[in-house]
Order: sequence, then C-alpha cells, then structure tokens
Amino acid sequence: MTRLSIDHLSVPIGRRPVLRDIGFTADGGTLLGLVGPNGAGKSTLGRAIAGLLPPSAGIVAVDGVPLSAMARRDAARLIAYLPQGDAVHWPLAARATVALGRGPYLGRFGTLSPADEAAIERALARADLTSMADRDVQSLSGGERARVLLARALAVEAPILIADEPVGALDPRHALRIMGLLREEAERGALVIAVLHDLALASRFCDRLIMLHEGRLVADGPPHDVLSPPGLARHYRVSGHHGAHESERFVIPWQALRDYASHPSHKGETA
Amino acid sequence: MTQGPGSAVPRLGTAALCGILSLVLVLLMLGSLTIGYVHIPLPRLVEAAFGLADPASGIIVQELRMPRMLLAVLLGASLGGAGAVLQGLLHNPLAEPTTLGISGAASLGAVIAIYFGLAGIVPLWLPACAMIGAGLATVILLYVAKDSGSTLTLILVGSGISGISIALTSLAMNLSTNPWAVSEIAMWLLGSVKDRTFAEVRLAAPFILIGLVILLAAAPSLDLLALGEDAARSLGLNTPRLRAMAITGTSLAAGAGVAVTGSVGFVGLMMPHLIRPLVGQVPSRIVLPSIIGGGALVLAADIVVRLIAVGPELQLGVLTSLLGTPFFLYLVLHLRRQLA
Repeated sequence: MTRLSIDHLSVPIGRRPVLRDIGFTADGGTLLGLVGPNGAGKSTLGRAIAGLLPPSAGIVAVDGVPLSAMARRDAARLIAYLPQGDAVHWPLAARATVALGRGPYLGRFGTLSPADEAAIERALARADLTSMADRDVQSLSGGERARVLLARALAVEAPILIADEPVGALDPRHALRIMGLLREEAERGALVIAVLHDLALASRFCDRLIMLHEGRLVADGPPHDVLSPPGLARHYRVSGHHGAHESERFVIPWQALRDYASHPSHKGETA
Repeated sequence: MTQGPGSAVPRLGTAALCGILSLVLVLLMLGSLTIGYVHIPLPRLVEAAFGLADPASGIIVQELRMPRMLLAVLLGASLGGAGAVLQGLLHNPLAEPTTLGISGAASLGAVIAIYFGLAGIVPLWLPACAMIGAGLATVILLYVAKDSGSTLTLILVGSGISGISIALTSLAMNLSTNPWAVSEIAMWLLGSVKDRTFAEVRLAAPFILIGLVILLAAAPSLDLLALGEDAARSLGLNTPRLRAMAITGTSLAAGAGVAVTGSVGFVGLMMPHLIRPLVGQVPSRIVLPSIIGGGALVLAADIVVRLIAVGPELQLGVLTSLLGTPFFLYLVLHLRRQLA
C-alpha cells in the first residue's frame, strides 16, 4: 500500500514563507481532508505534495522515494492533481477532456493505447458520464463539468489523488456526488487528499482531517477530534453544532465568534 | 455518432482533412506555375520545373515562378503552424506570430537593412537582418519564459516588442532623407512574394522547415494545457520546455518567413479557426492541418493578387489584411457571444 510521508516541509511562495515545518504520513485507503481558515496554506500544501511548488526545506516522499528524485512522468503517474476551479480552455468533448488524464502514459505522438482507452471508459463510467461523453465540456453545467474534471483526475489511476476544493462552487447534490466519488476512490485503496471548506462534508466523509492555521499543522486526527468545539473556536473562530444522523457524525459551523481573546492576532480587541 | 447541440465530436478525421488540404495545395501549386505573361502548357510546365524543357520555359518557371510559389507556401505554412501552436500555448484564440512580437522584430530588422542601404549592396542582407531581428526578439522571449513563465507576461512582453519595433520602424521612415528608401520600406512592409529568387528560398527554407518540425514536435503537449498550467504540470508536462519549443519554432518559421516576404497579416490568426470546426477543438490536431492549409491559403491569395488586373499589382499582405480584418471582427463578436 502506498505511503505518503511529509517531513519538515517548508514552502515559500515568492519570498513569503507560506508553510512551515509540516510533517505527517498517510497511507492508501484513506480520505484525508485538509481544513483550516482562508490563507492557512491548504492549497499550497496540496500543490507542494503534487510537486508543483518547490519546498525551501523538507521532503515529500512516496514509499520512501523523495519526489525530487523522481522523473517528472514517474511522479505524474503516482500523484494525480485536481486543481481548484473548473476552467477548460477549449470546448473539448468530455471524453477528450478525461483522456488528458492519460498524459503521463502517452508516447511521443500522443496516441492512446487500448489500456489508456479502457482507463478513460472506466473513469467516465465511475463518474456517470458515459451518456454525455461526446458533449462539449464548456456547454455542461458547473456540476457536470466538475464531474468531468474529477473523472480526468481519476483516469490517471494514480495511487494518490489530491483535490483542491473539489466541491467549492457546487450545489448540495453535486457536492455529495463528488464527495461520494472521492470516498469510493479511497475505498479502492488510493490515498485521497482533499482541500475542503465545507466542514459538514469534511466531518462526514473523511477518515482523517489535518487542520492548518497560519502555515502550520495544528491538528491531525479523526474529524470529530480535529473539529472539536475548542478546535473550531481557536482556529476558525466559530462555534459548531455537533450531531449525528443515521449513525454518522457531523459538524455544522454555527456562529462566528466575535471576540476570541486568546487568539494572538486579536489581543486587546475584547470589549 | 449524432451531432446534437453541444456535441464536440469532430466531423472529419485529422488525416482525412490533411489529405484533402494537401491535394488542394498541390493543385494550387500547379495553378500558380501556370499563371504569368507567357502561357506555358501544363506538360511543358512540369518538364520545365525539372529542367527538361526548352531554356526559355526553364528560366521562366525555375527562376521566376517557382521561388514565388515556394515562398508563398512556406510563408503560409509557417504562419498557420505558428498561429495554431501559439493559440494552444497561450490558450488565447487571438494569438498569432505578431502576438509575440516576432513578426514586428523581423520587419524592423528588414527596415534597418533598407534604411542603412545594406539591402542595396547585397540583397540578402535584408532577410538576414530580419532574421537577426526575429532572433533578438526570441532571446528576450525565452529569457522571460524561463524566468517568470506566466502566459500573460509572455503576451505583454510580446506586445512590448511589437510596440518598440513599430516605433523604431516609424522613426526610420521619419528620419530617412531618401524618398526612395521610404517608399521601399513602405512597399516591403506591405508584404509580397513577388520577384523573389532562389537565393531567398535557399536562405529562408532551412529555418522555416526546422521551425515547422519544432512546432509539430510541440503539438502533442499542447492538449494538456487546456486544463491550465498546474494540471498540465501534474500530468508530467515540462511547461518551460514546451514554451521554449513554441517560441523557438515560431521564431524560426515565422521569423524567416516574414524576413523574405514582409509582413503578411491574419493568416496565423485565421487558419486555426478555419480548421477547428472541421477536426474538433483538440489543440494538437489543429497544427498539421493549419500548416498545410496556411500554405494553401497564402498561395491562393497570391494567385488572386496576380489575377486581379488593376493598375499596380496588389501586394499580398494588403489582400490578406483586407480579407482578415472582417474575419477578425467576426471572431471577436463570436467569442464574445460564447463568453456571454
């Protein structure tokens, strides 16, 4: 089973240090949520794990092999990355878009092998897109397009999938379907790391959450421990409603806390 | 397969389209050789092209008509190929060689050669200086692409190079004390393949052909960029290398093309848009048909220029601009509707 290990990772953007001294390991078969307030460094961590941002210190390794020591294509076969947003720059057919996920396997002339074709059909079927495979992605609804792009990432068939805010702009039905697909990918043995803002979805679907705050890892564990009332108050500055439905536990952010005296950046604000 | 609304399945395979375009191109090439003051029937024409006919026909075909025909095809191919690759690279449907300032810099080099009288001493100085101009623009673009690499930066730097080239060209015309030089510069800027010799073909063709090979080699990687740069890189794309290939290929092909013909506008912009509805929107599939189609388009335009018998011969670049501008406006309106 694949193991991702991150050790003392620090990542700057330009000259500004964004992530400081991050360390954790995660194994295949896990849906790991990255949570934390805006600007905490979640997307940066996702991009650094995908090898898109060079660290200033520390190591990202898959099964003990540092990413920096791998050929570009080898790394691309190990880690699939689904960026934020749903831009596709040309009106490509859904199938052609999903086919781009086979990029790391193509030969010089970009021709698809039967194995590639099979992987594309599998990804289309899993995302329930077979009926709209010939449609132009730019003509699809936002929810459908999000599924096409997730299918594109699934078509890589990599042991690690990183999804940056995969449900950011989706209605509840599409968000639930995307979360279901990510859950399924984890159950098939992949390590899925998703940057999430929706704590209700994060608490329900993820096996484990890592909370970032101001570039540091501040909590790591089962969703209900990470999103405990003190954790929510301290890092998100909200109170939460903690509940259970059909034996599944959930957290709903309830109220913004105006004055959180112990928060370092808000000392002296208390009336 | 059905062609319902929103369907993005191409109507024609790339190979089929390339076959059709190649056939059209060959017919146009033969047609181009037959046009001229002296009527030469087709069998004698083919013989003359290979040096097997009488000396008079041989000279007319080999030294007058062949260079003109070959340069039109090479120029069109380079503009079409560069346009297709740049539109994919910059994911900008309005990109063409002028977007990166390469055509402008090549023109400036040529103008400098005319201005200082170099072109009058040795005619090949003109295309040579133009290629040096394109080369300098390339060095700047490659440096920027390596350093920052954002698509927008490339477009902005390209506009900058274009702007300074136009400014310096105007300065040369302004300062010139010789009215003949001014008129020569103006005529050259209009773009033409008239009265070119095999020396010019020999100078430009190697650069254009190498450039086209580089552009074709870059084509398969363009598709991944449809997903944006981060996703493309996560799929193993070496974006700095792709950018360097696109810039170098464009410079060699379009730079050398413009160097021997002057600026012939809108072909690089139009050709990919004419191809896309036929083979679908996948950027890599557009490059080869745009190369062949670009050659055919410019050659057809050159034939039209020769057939229109009004006063002085119309310059090739004038005709492509006359046809290209309405197309450009249509495209802008069409894209605006699509985005709305």
